[in-house]
Amino acid sequence: MRRSSAIYRRKRRAFAGFLFCSLSGVTVFVLLPFLDVIKRSLTTAVTGDFIGGVNYRRVFENQAFRLAVQNTLRFTGVCIPLLVILGLAVALPLSRLRETELIKSLYLFPLALPTATVVIVWRMFFYAADFESLVVSYIWRNLGYTVVLWVAGIKGIPGEILEAARVDGAGRLQSLLRVELPNLKGSFYTIVVLSFLNSFKIYREAYLVAGSYPKQEIYLLQHLFNNWFVNLELDKLAAAAVCVGGVLFVGIMLLQYFWDRER
Amino acid sequence: MKGKHLVEICIKLLFIMMGIVICMPVFFVITGSVMGSYDLEECLAPVFREGQGFVTWKLIPDYPTIEHYGKLLFQTPQFFVLFWNSMRMTGLILAGQLLVGVPAAWAFAVYQVRGSRLLFGLYIVLMLMPFQVTMLSSYLVLSRLSLLNTQLAVILPAVFSTFPIFLTYGGFRELPAELFEAARIDGAGELYIFLRIGLPLGKGGMLSAFVLGFLEYWNMLEQPLAFLEDQALWPLSLYLPQISWTQAGFAFCASVIMLLPAVFVFIIGQDYLEQGIVYAGLKG
Repeated sequence: MRRSSAIYRRKRRAFAGFLFCSLSGVTVFVLLPFLDVIKRSLTTAVTGDFIGGVNYRRVFENQAFRLAVQNTLRFTGVCIPLLVILGLAVALPLSRLRETELIKSLYLFPLALPTATVVIVWRMFFYAADFESLVVSYIWRNLGYTVVLWVAGIKGIPGEILEAARVDGAGRLQSLLRVELPNLKGSFYTIVVLSFLNSFKIYREAYLVAGSYPKQEIYLLQHLFNNWFVNLELDKLAAAAVCVGGVLFVGIMLLQYFWDRER
Repeated sequence: MKGKHLVEICIKLLFIMMGIVICMPVFFVITGSVMGSYDLEECLAPVFREGQGFVTWKLIPDYPTIEHYGKLLFQTPQFFVLFWNSMRMTGLILAGQLLVGVPAAWAFAVYQVRGSRLLFGLYIVLMLMPFQVTMLSSYLVLSRLSLLNTQLAVILPAVFSTFPIFLTYGGFRELPAELFEAARIDGAGELYIFLRIGLPLGKGGMLSAFVLGFLEYWNMLEQPLAFLEDQALWPLSLYLPQISWTQAGFAFCASVIMLLPAVFVFIIGQDYLEQGIVYAGLKG
């Protein structure tokens, strides 16, 4: 089908015009330099000679990198399921109440508090700066929007479906498991993606409470990246950025694939 | 029926109590800011002794004082420099995002042309990449443009962040396409449709992006930590935690002042914040 009608051409021109600024900025500040990073990950830091996968091998053999990957995986592996389930546990009863604005505000409030100002309180109570305190402060900050998203999802389920289930004789639990939860898959994906995005920001708390070299158990990928950056170990940093970026890219693609299939 | 009502009130009270516990840290900070130095030293003694015993804290201090506020406001001009740094960087980033991001969001929301889905997918991927992955790329560009150790090094990359585009997009998507078709039939140009129909009706998404953006950049840490060496250029978010415990009263006051703009934006922008969170969850 040829879509060269005047209207289509006009839309294409408008699309390009409106996107121009943003796309050139993204190209200059993100895309082109990332190609440079890929190139650097394959060359030596000083002379720029091509050395293939040597940088990658050095990264994978690096003890600190292994520790950081392990800790980051452990942190996200503990926090995201915990946050998703806690959020749902709060949202289910909350969505059945009326006039919940105040409650939602109280739960969202931590999102508004700058890390720098709560760190002073964290340092009073969590001077241990261990794994558990990071988990607590992550849940504390992120619970609010998780609840809001779950509530929005639950309220978005058409009443007729629930009504139909009740007419068919489904109990509370049955209706929850068979009707509500399957209808909340979209919210679930969203919450997982956003909590993952925000899990990287736990570095703020970790760094402000314990600095660049905290206890081993909370030495995260973010610490490692920052320390390599400060020490100008740019070849290793490039290889690590390509690896982490690549893994995330594949993860996001898989998620989008499942998401689209769901619809 | 009456019993059900009572149960509802009880559940509500329980939720509110939990909410107040969640908001506790703010009360601690406020209390700390009006405690005298002697009181503070007594309360914080366990912190000085490196974790022996527990911090005791009172919600209402015995002898409230505003001495630390006085010291902060009248004897430390450096504080205002940093406060202003935070304000300026946050303001410029948000203004830039508005100029660059709103038209881009409009492009994605209104024009479905070949390649637009693919580009939108790319923008989503970029939105989800953490700072650490793009840190080196940003560094390479910024050093080539000799912007390192200037506030532009923090501002420019943030202006082209794709996150606000996503939120604004959510607002524009809610508008019915027939509206634009009708305007086109009446002979309106695309720019006119954007300025006269899109902007006024799609405000919600933009305001959401503004509220979430303010809270994010007022709190930024990674970017200035990586790209600003000179402490005089730092935002408050990076400087505050450096104040040592020996100046605890000062630190608490500074924290309260830093809280104020964020709490202000949170309160006036509450509806948009909630809306924004839901927009962030919408997908194409």
